[in-house]
Amino acid sequence: MTDLARRSSITEEPAEGLSEDWHPTAGGGSKEMAPDRRSEDADRSLVSIAERRQAGIKWGLRLTFGLLLAGLVIVGLGPLLWLGKASISTTQDTLRAPFAFWPSGVDWQNLVTAWTEAEISRYFMNTVWLAIGAWLVQIFVATTGGYVLAVLKPRYAGLLYGLVLATLFVPVVVLLVPLFLTVLDVPGLGISLLNSYWGIWLPAGASAFNVILMKRFFDNLPGEILEAARVDGAGPFRMLWSVVLPMSRPILGVVSVFAILAAWRDFLWPLLVLLDPAIQPLSVRLPLIRDTVELDVFLASLLVSTTIPILLFLGFQRLFLRGPGLAGAIKG
Amino acid sequence: MTATRAQARWSRPRSVRSWVKRGGLSALVLVLPLVLVFGVFSWFPIVRAAVMSFQTTNLISDPVWVGLHNFQRVFADPLLLTAIRNTVYFTLLALVFGYPIPLILAACMNELRRAKGFYSVLAYLPVVVPPVATILLWRIFYDAGPNGAFNTILSWFGLGPWPWIQSQASAMPSLVLVATWSAAGATVIIYLAAMTSIRGELYDAADVDGASIPQKIWNVMLPQLRYVLLVTLILQLIGTFQVFMEPFLLTNGGPANSTLTVLLLIYRYAFGSGGTGDFGAATALSLMLAAFLALLSWIYLRATRSWSET
Repeated sequence: MTDLARRSSITEEPAEGLSEDWHPTAGGGSKEMAPDRRSEDADRSLVSIAERRQAGIKWGLRLTFGLLLAGLVIVGLGPLLWLGKASISTTQDTLRAPFAFWPSGVDWQNLVTAWTEAEISRYFMNTVWLAIGAWLVQIFVATTGGYVLAVLKPRYAGLLYGLVLATLFVPVVVLLVPLFLTVLDVPGLGISLLNSYWGIWLPAGASAFNVILMKRFFDNLPGEILEAARVDGAGPFRMLWSVVLPMSRPILGVVSVFAILAAWRDFLWPLLVLLDPAIQPLSVRLPLIRDTVELDVFLASLLVSTTIPILLFLGFQRLFLRGPGLAGAIKG
Repeated sequence: MTATRAQARWSRPRSVRSWVKRGGLSALVLVLPLVLVFGVFSWFPIVRAAVMSFQTTNLISDPVWVGLHNFQRVFADPLLLTAIRNTVYFTLLALVFGYPIPLILAACMNELRRAKGFYSVLAYLPVVVPPVATILLWRIFYDAGPNGAFNTILSWFGLGPWPWIQSQASAMPSLVLVATWSAAGATVIIYLAAMTSIRGELYDAADVDGASIPQKIWNVMLPQLRYVLLVTLILQLIGTFQVFMEPFLLTNGGPANSTLTVLLLIYRYAFGSGGTGDFGAATALSLMLAAFLALLSWIYLRATRSWSET
């Protein structure tokens, strides 16, 4: 599901919003060069300007927008606001009157208790470790692999790319059991990655999505610059490090944000691989501590677990909202 | 004859040297991480899945070939039919709830002249909340007591209290509600992008012909969106057929197996509390599910191909 969703943005024409600022060659000139496909009124949508001037439609639209805003705030934001409020209320308040505004005052202590006594700090740091490792492995595999496939192009590149693409068509469910057994006894090494972060990090690196994204970006790098570097005597490694990577910041940013977010959301795989409670991430611990801590502390823990993903989203909105294929990428 | 053989003997080291000189060795070194990681953690497990479905494994002794025995056992399991029925029910409900809502939201948002970004952020926010946090939070909302969050809201309208996830009839709709809340925003963004790329001249032409707003929706917008609509439909089907976390964390398949889904059944075969994992049955069932999903992906691919051609 995930990979297929991503596919639409990868193998088909890149989304309009993306192609503008993602391609290193396309500066401000790209807009003039592209044929103008819009009508005179660049902003026009279904309801025309003439229609917008009619009183009935004008007020109808205003009403629609008002209802839309109210609906989005109540339904979309509401549960999160409630979580924020409940995590600094007492358990009694939350249970007795879930929608009252702090009947007995604000209780910041919950967050402290969650962070220290419920050991959320430890699970938070475990999650951070998981995310950082998964991110590094993914970036390493995708940049080196994408570079070979797009720039060095050895004879076997086509076959290799085909094999990477093919994994997109295998649903994650097929991998569940055989991948678990592989991690349990890594072929050729005879070691088990159970209870090791490598058991999460290395499989995360086998992401066809990242490799394809990188390759497509590298494909579009200006050939003259690469040729000039080659003439100046830059070897393959030097070229990757000093020429290709500095030009690839936008795509590295995209892969990084989605890699970290995916690691933060991951639940089933860490549940299977990390059996030792001391090294489990938040996603695995939260369902288990539900029965062992007070409700208010539990809600504070939930709040802590949502902060990093929400901050990532608010900080990098454009990545999420401008690429339709990428928007689907974190679904499921 | 001898000369050419000597030449051949000479040319090999020279060609290896030139291969290295042309960067062949560097390419091989650089591609090694990809080959190793994909080989061990992607290609090998995929092949292994196919092999394992015809074997029994208990991790201690060597696996034994059992032919189609795993598949037969899965088919003989009375829970299989329950799981399929529940999964199809979930999928249909998710379609009824979740398919039209993003389209309507996107259509309204597309008419915004100001603050479109703000609305998009609001719509997308639920998508970025980690699924575990979402599900556990909703589990609290679903409290069946009269003071549960949702039952409090119902009581304002003189309704409830409802049992939510605690009754067989309402458990599945409750799961669909959470799933829809956390997924709808992503689809809204896909639709919004598709709607902004509809060419303005089409609407201009419809205006000249005197088309009303409903006529423009029906005759311009929806036909222009038809491929996107098909793509999101199939993506949603592929996603909902693999529903796992909601039933796992909210109901654990209950009450009375009313939310047992196919993926949950696979999980139980392999990692359930019944002692030794039945990995053979789990892979057999996951392969069957995968074959079905592959069919959907095939339709998806055909659709995106024609989508990119228009």
